[in-house]
Amino acid sequence: MDVTAEAKQIMIQALGKMYSSRTQRGGLRLHRSLLLTLVMKSARDIYHFARLQSESKGQCDKPSVTENTSQTEEPMDTSSTVSEVSSVETQFTEDVHERDPHLHSPAEPIVDKENCNPTRPDRHSRKRRSKTATEPDFLPCKKAKLNSGEVRGILQTSQNNPANCGRKLDSLSLVHMPRAIVTF
Amino acid sequence: MCVCVRACVRACVRVCVCASDIISTVEFNSTGELLATGDKGGRVVVFQREQESKNQPHRRGEYNVYSTFQSHEPEFDYLKSLEIEEKINKIRWLPQQNAAYFLLSTNDKTVKLWKISERDKRPEGYNLKDEEGRIRDPTTITALRVPVLRPMDLMVEATPRRIFSNAHTYHINSISVNSDYETYMSTDDLRINLWNLEITNRSFNIVDIKPANMEELTEVITAAEFHPNQCNTFVYSSSKGSIKLCDMRESALCDNHSKLFEEPEDPSNRSFFSEIISSISDVKFSHSGRYLMTRDYLAVKVWDVNMENKPLETYQVHDYLRSKLCSLYENDCIFDKFECVWNGTDSVLMTGSYNNFFRMFDRNTKRDVTLEASRENSKPRAILKPRKVCVGGKRRKDEISVDSLDFSKKILHTAWHPSENIIAVAATNNLYIFQDKVN
Repeated sequence: MDVTAEAKQIMIQALGKMYSSRTQRGGLRLHRSLLLTLVMKSARDIYHFARLQSESKGQCDKPSVTENTSQTEEPMDTSSTVSEVSSVETQFTEDVHERDPHLHSPAEPIVDKENCNPTRPDRHSRKRRSKTATEPDFLPCKKAKLNSGEVRGILQTSQNNPANCGRKLDSLSLVHMPRAIVTF
Repeated sequence: MCVCVRACVRACVRVCVCASDIISTVEFNSTGELLATGDKGGRVVVFQREQESKNQPHRRGEYNVYSTFQSHEPEFDYLKSLEIEEKINKIRWLPQQNAAYFLLSTNDKTVKLWKISERDKRPEGYNLKDEEGRIRDPTTITALRVPVLRPMDLMVEATPRRIFSNAHTYHINSISVNSDYETYMSTDDLRINLWNLEITNRSFNIVDIKPANMEELTEVITAAEFHPNQCNTFVYSSSKGSIKLCDMRESALCDNHSKLFEEPEDPSNRSFFSEIISSISDVKFSHSGRYLMTRDYLAVKVWDVNMENKPLETYQVHDYLRSKLCSLYENDCIFDKFECVWNGTDSVLMTGSYNNFFRMFDRNTKRDVTLEASRENSKPRAILKPRKVCVGGKRRKDEISVDSLDFSKKILHTAWHPSENIIAVAATNNLYIFQDKVN
């Protein structure tokens, strides 16, 4: 299995595991959620890097994928969390790049609104960051989660298309990555 | 190493495994006389070693059930709409100070101190009530008598003496009794709290790694333990693969460690799952306090407390699984948390694996052995045969291939007698007790 397909499969499985862990007894396990998130980010970074490599070699030209991603993800219910977690995205992406020399940022910048630094003064955050910092532990998490219908759809797609070649429908690009690690 | 089997198999003769019977923790007490197990159903079963008897020398050192009690019940957190599992995550014995035994048991949220005591006498001859306990008619009492204690059948009773609750937002993964015998600590994913054994309504937070913004979370605490001799020192391990040693004399809040034990990652081994397999699942001080042992998914490492930049020794538990990580991720086995234990003299390490295999590593001879805990291979007083996993090429007769391993049979919890070569191995819902060959 090539790297992109493997990365895709790993990410989809991570989504499924996160989804199913929400219904298990005892509630979400923080450690497990964190590890799944790290795996997903790792897989996604490798996936994007591998795709960029193939693009730069001229094998597969899909410049609209990233734009579609940002456009598709904007209306999602969890968009209010994007600004919160995008700093995490940046940090994780930077961490991965620092750790693994094989994942150096490509020469051309990626237009990815998910990873924009939220601390830019011109960025309008829909979520007041200070509220999160002072939110008491004991309140149930109000962050919207991945819509269950969307997850089922993604999982079904992966099951129906085990090869997941994604020529027509790149389900991975449309995957709404759950950003929030913790739901306490 | 030859190991003579004295199988003491717990309950459950059903073919299918009842989830609540799955053993979740095993612990010898400080003398090795008692062995406690906790299970997913919230029960604690305590085994006691039989005294040596000249009449029955072949029964020397067998462990029999001493006490069984329900430690924790399922609860519901109405504020968070979360169910709190009754599964016993850890049991730790307190040192014995009188005739009674004390242990701490914990589930995800609450630690309880249990007193296990024997009663072999019963008072008889009450004035105000009869032998069945019914209140007597006062008008029928014409004389006074002094109640006397008469022998009765031995009864072992367990009573909860302290309940330490409402101190952990996240799931408790460890408890550790301090060598001062006055305090203990409880550890969850992000915090460590220090308790006095006598005080239940207050605890002190000594480590807090919760970030101000939870979305910046990068690591969690996976295990913690007090130094065996120095009451001011403890260690905690993290999901990032590091161990931090803290000294409580330095400050009240030990967020800043005194020592950081970390080994740089080998870039050639980097994979999608590097973060998962480097997460430390258990950390244990040696009995001497000079060494630390850590367990991650594939290896056991021994650290010298005086050397932080790399482990002293590394032992591969099942490196043949490195090429199978994708499958293990798929079936969730990659998230399994294996424990590790020292023998009494700190010369041998033991940890579990899959297919009901467990591994022992001799630090002096550098030899290792793989043994299996199963009913078929464990006839009483039989000698365990070493097992071998075939990693490729031609499989020999007694070897088992990697693809034939049963990943549903995993040994996560083991214990070693504090002074003798007796080990307890929990295989799903069965407990195996093995000891050295007796001539």
